Amino acid sequence: MIELRDVTHRYGERVVLRDLSLRLEERRVAVIGGNGSGKSSFARLLNGLQLPSAGQVLIDGLDTRSDGKAVRRRVGFVFQNPDNQIVFPVVEEDLAFGLKNLRLPRDEIRARVDAALARYDLTELREHPAHLLSGGQKQLLAIAGVMAMEPAHIVFDEPTTLLDLRNKRRVARAIAELPQNVVMISHDLELLRDFDRVIVLDEGRIVADDRPGPAIDFYERRMA
Amino acid sequence: MILSDYLPGTGLLWRLPPGIKLLALAALGTLLLAVPLLDLAAITFVAVIALYLGSGLGWRVIWGILRPMLLILAIVAGAQWWLFDALSALMVALRLAALLLFASLVTLTTRASDMIAALERALFWLRPLRVNPAKVSLALSLALRFIPVLGSITAEVREAQRARGLERSVIATAVPVIVRLLKMADDIADAIEARGYDPGNETSRSTGETRP
Repeated sequence: MIELRDVTHRYGERVVLRDLSLRLEERRVAVIGGNGSGKSSFARLLNGLQLPSAGQVLIDGLDTRSDGKAVRRRVGFVFQNPDNQIVFPVVEEDLAFGLKNLRLPRDEIRARVDAALARYDLTELREHPAHLLSGGQKQLLAIAGVMAMEPAHIVFDEPTTLLDLRNKRRVARAIAELPQNVVMISHDLELLRDFDRVIVLDEGRIVADDRPGPAIDFYERRMA
Repeated sequence: MILSDYLPGTGLLWRLPPGIKLLALAALGTLLLAVPLLDLAAITFVAVIALYLGSGLGWRVIWGILRPMLLILAIVAGAQWWLFDALSALMVALRLAALLLFASLVTLTTRASDMIAALERALFWLRPLRVNPAKVSLALSLALRFIPVLGSITAEVREAQRARGLERSVIATAVPVIVRLLKMADDIADAIEARGYDPGNETSRSTGETRP
């Protein structure tokens, strides 16, 4: 379970998240909001990429401030732009990067890489240069790289923003099939209709927290 | 053809340990620079071509590597001809082409991760100097990975500036490229950290006070 206790976050004088307290127990939670509403800062707090200026973020009881390493093992993070997330030049090398960081035995790394490649239809591309993949394939590789690490939770920060319709659907399908708890930051409201809970942020505050239908209706009225 | 393009294969060159290939590259470079003989440069050039052909890498691959370098080879050889003579120009061109082809042969037949692991082992002596070999090797890997990304960013910015009639302005291209690279560097650092990279006990976690 993910829990935020009295979390405030600021950059210098600018407050981006104000006094948030909430528990995320559902399997699929989405966070939506306008530009500058604090969505990305919210996402980055969840795996300790950023630490709150005040308050606590707890992941399955682990504090991101004091247990950062353990938290990052439990929370995978998929960024908006896969080009900035793929670290190694070749597909299978990139998949192995996170697994090597977990210091897994060579055989297990191999097995997990094979499984991730098969799961995301990347087996044929295992020795392919990553920079030559399509946008959708790159995003799938980014998801596969995180999935192979078998985190308990995965945070997606606008994963479909840069994709065309076909690739967007492909990535959406891959996300829908994930067994993990998912927290998704997105502007793509269609993607969130099947989620369990949608939180609407505005100027760093929660202004709606509901099932997708009512929350998205509220958001659309507010943005009109 | 760029240095990071590994070509999958199963031949002898692919199976050789990366350390041996890197040592051979260093030795060949030293030999060619230390012994400035036309015969040696010519024999080496022919031998490297034979290695390509013997490994199943055909003339198309060789041409793909040499073509982008032709202008530079011509300039270097032209300068040698002007300063010395035609034979000297030929020797320098053959020497440079042989080295370039051999370096490319190493990258074509070696996965980046294997090469980086070999470099990491070879750089153990940096530890007493408080330099972490793991960080150096990751930096090299990132350089290989992001050379093509840098190229595509520059091309995008150039195109955008051309559309605005600013194709002759170096600043109009350089500034947006640098801004995007800095942003990208920030994102990559986050991505590496998010995937559990830990080269030692050092961490680079943001305290949340400086990032936009």
